[in-house]
Amino acid sequence: MKIAVCIKQVVTREWQLRINDSKTWIRDQDASFELNEPDAYALEEALRLKEKHSGEVVVCAAGPARAAQVIREALARGADRAIHIESDALASADPLTVAEALAAASRDEKFDLVLTGLQSDDQGFGQVGVVLAEKLRMPHATIIMEVQASEPSGQGTLRVKRELEGGWFQWITLPLPALLTIQSGINQLRYATLKGIMAAKKKEIRKVTPAAPGERSQKILSVYFPEKGKKTQMLSSGPSEAARELVKRLREEARAI
Amino acid sequence: MVLVIAEQREGKLNRATWEAVAAAQQTGVPVKIAVIGAAVDAVATEIGAADATEVILVESPALADYTADGYVSALAALIGEEKPALVFLPHTYQTRDFAPALAARLARPLITDVIALKQDGGTRTYVRPVFQGKLNADVTATGPGPHFVTVQIGAFRADGAKRGASAAPTRKASVTVDAGAIRQKPEAPFKEAKQAVDLSQAERIVSVGRGIKGQEHLKIAQDLAAALGAELAASRPICDAGWLPMDRQIGSSGQTVAPKLYVALGISGAIQHLVGMKGSRTIVAINKDPEAPIFEIADYGIAGDLFEVVPALIAELNK
Repeated sequence: MKIAVCIKQVVTREWQLRINDSKTWIRDQDASFELNEPDAYALEEALRLKEKHSGEVVVCAAGPARAAQVIREALARGADRAIHIESDALASADPLTVAEALAAASRDEKFDLVLTGLQSDDQGFGQVGVVLAEKLRMPHATIIMEVQASEPSGQGTLRVKRELEGGWFQWITLPLPALLTIQSGINQLRYATLKGIMAAKKKEIRKVTPAAPGERSQKILSVYFPEKGKKTQMLSSGPSEAARELVKRLREEARAI
Repeated sequence: MVLVIAEQREGKLNRATWEAVAAAQQTGVPVKIAVIGAAVDAVATEIGAADATEVILVESPALADYTADGYVSALAALIGEEKPALVFLPHTYQTRDFAPALAARLARPLITDVIALKQDGGTRTYVRPVFQGKLNADVTATGPGPHFVTVQIGAFRADGAKRGASAAPTRKASVTVDAGAIRQKPEAPFKEAKQAVDLSQAERIVSVGRGIKGQEHLKIAQDLAAALGAELAASRPICDAGWLPMDRQIGSSGQTVAPKLYVALGISGAIQHLVGMKGSRTIVAINKDPEAPIFEIADYGIAGDLFEVVPALIAELNK
C-alpha cells in the first residue's frame, strides 16, 4: 500500500505566544517548532499499516524551509521518503491554498491512501484533509480511531472506525484510494531511534515549488489575546498562601467542600 | 439570505442547530433553514418554530444515513438553487466531516469554529480561536458568496434564537441523490462497552491535563482527589497516552460533567475539554501559564507550578 501522510510544523505548545507588529500573526522568528501532534498519530498509523501490508510511506509537508525539521523527524521515525512543498506563503495560508499545494504535488504519485491529522494546533481549520480529498476526488472519512485494510493494494477497501460525539462510534467502509483524517490517541506513538535518525539522512526529500497562490479565500485581520472573564479570582501569592486562600474560599464563599 | 443547515440523526434534531440559528439571526439577514435526511417532517416542525422565512426539506432515501458524499451532493445542488449569501452550520463532528468538501466543491471559503460575529461598516468579520484558544483571530471571507461559517458549540446560546410569531412555512426541495455514487457505506452508530465510571454523578472532580507531565506524577492528583472526596478525571491527551483509562476522559469525545467542584490541574483549556465541564458550579484552575484559556472560565485561578501548589493544597485540606 502506497501511503501519503500530510504533516505540518507548528510552534511548540510550551512557547509563550507573542504577536507580531502588524498584529496579524505570531512573531515566530524566535519560536521553537514541533510536529503537529495529530499528524504524529497519522504518521504512526501509516507506519503500522505498512508493517502489516507492506508498501511505502511518503510524508508530504507544505511550509517554509524550516519545515524540514519535522520532515527529518518523520523520516527518522520510519517514513521512506518525503515531498516538501516549500514556500514561506504556506506558513499561514488558507485551507484551500494549502490543500491545492498538497494536491498538485501528490496527484501523480497515485497514492492508495492519504492520511492527515484531524486539525492543526495553530490555525485549527480542521479542513485541509477533507478539501484535499475533494481535490484528489477521493472518498474520505474523518476523526478515525481504527483502520482495517482488507487488501494490501489495488482495488481494496477500508473499514474505519469514525468517532462521533459523546462516546459514540461508527464503522464505515470505503473504497481505495481514500483519505482519512486521524484522531489523536488512535495508537501509541513511537519515537525516533538513533538508528532511525542516521537512516533518515540518506532518505530522499523531493522539493517542490508550488504555483503562485491566488487570492486568499479568508484573511486574518488581527489576532489578540482573548479577554479574561471578569469573574475569575486569581490567587497570586506563593503556593502555600494561595492554597490556604483557595481552601478558605472553597469552604466559605463557594461552599464547594 | 443566510441558510442554516440543521443537523439531525435518526429524526432527532441536534440542539446545536439552535445555536447556529441564533448566530445566523445575528447577521441581520433573513434566515432560511434546510433540514436534510430521508423523512424529516418532525425535525422541520421543531426547528420551524424559529424566526425564519422558510424551512426547506431536503429529502431522499439515499440521505437516510449520514454520508459525506450524500450530503455534499445534495447540499451543493440546494445551494446552487437557493443562492444564499451565507451558509451557517454548527461545528459538530458531522459538519467537520462534510462542510470542507462542500465549500471546496463550490470553491468558496469556509470559516470554521466561529465564536462571535462582528460587523464593521460593510465588512463582516468572524472571530475564531487559533493556537488552541490561546489567541482569537478576526477573520474575513473574500470573493463571491456564499461564504460558509461553522459556529463553535456553546458559543451562541440556543435559547437566544428568536422564535417566530407563527411556524415558518415549509417546502420540499427537489433534489435527487444518486445512491450509487455514495462511496462511504456506514454501519449503525454504537457505544463502546459500558463505561465503568459515570463521572456525571460525581460531586467533585479533580481533572489532570498535560501539565502533569508523566504518569508517575498522577499520584499527587490522586492524593488531592482523596483529600477532596473527588473522582479523578483527565483531558484527552492523558487518556490518549494511556495514563488513565478512556472512561475517565472529560470533553467533547468523553463525558460531560457538571459537578459542584471541578479542579483542573495543568489543563490549558482547549475547547474540546471546556465543552465537557464548563457547566460545573465552581471551577478551580491551577496552571503555570497565566494566559491559559482555562482561566477564562475559572472561578478561582492559581497561576503557578502544580507540583508546588497541589502538595500545599493537600496539606491545607488535611489540617
